[in-house]
Amino acid sequence: MSATVIRSTRASQATIGIGAALCVVAATLPFWGESSWMREFVEIACYLIFAMMWNLLAGYGGMVSVGQQAFFGLGGYVMLSLGNFLGFNPFLAIPLAALVSALAALPVSRLAFRLQGGYFSIGTWVIAEVFRLSIANVSAVGGGSGTSLTALRGISRATREHTTYWVALGCVVAAIALVYLFLRSKQGLALQAIRDSEVAAESQGVGVARMKLAVYVVAAFGCGMAGALYFVSNLRISPDAAFGMNWTAFAIFIVMIGGIGRIEGPLIGAVVFWALNKFFSDYGTWYQMGLGLLAIAMTLFFREGLGGFLQRRPGFEMLPTRRILKLDVQPATPVPAHTPAAPSQLMPKVSL
Amino acid sequence: MTETIIQGLLLGGLYCLFSLGLSLMFGVMRLTNIAQGDLIVAGGFAAISVAPLVGGHFVMAGVVLLPVAFAVGYALQRTVLNRTLGKDPLPSLVVTFGLSIVIQNALLELYSADPRSLDAGELATGSLNLGGDIYVGTLPLLILVAALACTAGLQLLFSTTSLGRAFRAVSDDREAAELMGLNSAKVYSVATALAFVLIALAGLFQGLRTTVSPADGPLLLLFAFESVIIGGMGSFWGTFVGALVLGVSQQVGFKFDPGWGVWFGHLVFLAVLLVRPNGLFPKTKG
Repeated sequence: MSATVIRSTRASQATIGIGAALCVVAATLPFWGESSWMREFVEIACYLIFAMMWNLLAGYGGMVSVGQQAFFGLGGYVMLSLGNFLGFNPFLAIPLAALVSALAALPVSRLAFRLQGGYFSIGTWVIAEVFRLSIANVSAVGGGSGTSLTALRGISRATREHTTYWVALGCVVAAIALVYLFLRSKQGLALQAIRDSEVAAESQGVGVARMKLAVYVVAAFGCGMAGALYFVSNLRISPDAAFGMNWTAFAIFIVMIGGIGRIEGPLIGAVVFWALNKFFSDYGTWYQMGLGLLAIAMTLFFREGLGGFLQRRPGFEMLPTRRILKLDVQPATPVPAHTPAAPSQLMPKVSL
Repeated sequence: MTETIIQGLLLGGLYCLFSLGLSLMFGVMRLTNIAQGDLIVAGGFAAISVAPLVGGHFVMAGVVLLPVAFAVGYALQRTVLNRTLGKDPLPSLVVTFGLSIVIQNALLELYSADPRSLDAGELATGSLNLGGDIYVGTLPLLILVAALACTAGLQLLFSTTSLGRAFRAVSDDREAAELMGLNSAKVYSVATALAFVLIALAGLFQGLRTTVSPADGPLLLLFAFESVIIGGMGSFWGTFVGALVLGVSQQVGFKFDPGWGVWFGHLVFLAVLLVRPNGLFPKTKG
């Protein structure tokens, strides 16, 4: 009897190939596209990265945070402060801002992790509000009315827009690679075990508390990166924009549409969100009500989302993080030709 | 300083009414209602719309509104929220979060973004002398008394009635309670119906005391939540005291700087969470 662990499929190899080709094409956009396309891409890139981090937290780590805007806003303000006050290049300040957000997640987690389940969610919200109100009292960054990113003055508009676009593309690729490689690693396997059953994972020797902290810090890093990127592109920051609840609201919507707990979910969800936004955002309150109702309906009736719908077709998994155990069993006696055993009995598939 | 503390205690009475519904729903079915604050605001707007139809007095508005709230709560739990319950808190969180967004935008569409208030008549200006030169408003005092009565009522309901026993039973062990003949779906629905009555009452008082506007909900949710955690989960008296602590903290903050009140309340909450994670009056279950 031999066993093999299947970690990729033909579809997944094709996805990575097509994805790489798309990235190369996308990188040339500034030479043939319009600048409004680039701005749109940067904005949706921020939503996508933020949603991927929310998916990592809620879908894999079981931590339904509604306060990730704390790290988004912090990333934005750290980038701005490094650029305006310390003379850093704002583009280079993006990874630094993400790093500061990740570091800030360590003390914040000590408070937030004292609450569980639904109360953890609201607790993270309170923490985000404390960030917002505290920054609103700092006059150096404009207090409640906010301030502008002056560090990019003197750079031509075209250069700024092209660079922002390339950096955004790089951030998206980096975020996808980060989450994909993290979930395929040994830690990722542990995390998926926790997702499926916390008790069972703990009894197999998985350090649940340590894993949750790791996920929280990684998510804070990603959210900080998204925030820094957004405000490099936006050039103007205020506490209400940076620490706004709408970031989490849209992230929840994107993830629930695409499918929670699967890496393709936010990617599909972000495309759907972009399309909905393009056609319906003029309807204002009615549009927002529709998004809320859609999120409720997806949760009640279609929890696997569009990503799960596609994944149920065998082999159609774009970015597989599961390990499928394939056993080739040699039957002791030859199976009579007229009663072929079901393939499922011969090759039990164990998905991890 | 005495003045500030008295004002804080009176404010705490209102916060207690905000938080009892949240505490009740979490206690009975581990459901965290993110739409709590928006429902309070919706209750306030409903009272404002109903009052002119029933002669303009807020008491009549309450008489009409509270039974409606009971029915709405029962129906919402029975048709939607019961489907979201389970070990995983995610579905109920996402559904109540979605509900919160729907309510906020529906109110914005119906009433515009302007803050509105409910006419309290002579109650609005009346005050009582507490000896010396300390006066308290009749309305805030009435709200504090109502909060006290609701807290005592809930505690009595839980400890002495058969409904309270059913609440505790499904909270402790849903499957065992069902084996004993309880219909947990119905028990949960009654709990939410009661929570909605408290929410409507809170909205009515909020509309009387200050104003309601569609964007207020999230902040009210945070105040409700902070009261529950400061006091200690699972005890209604704990929630009552937690609300008073939060009210006083905010008033003290306001006194230093008008922009600091809410912020200072948050800090006191975080300090309690750090020092006494189980709240000031921890108790396992009500």
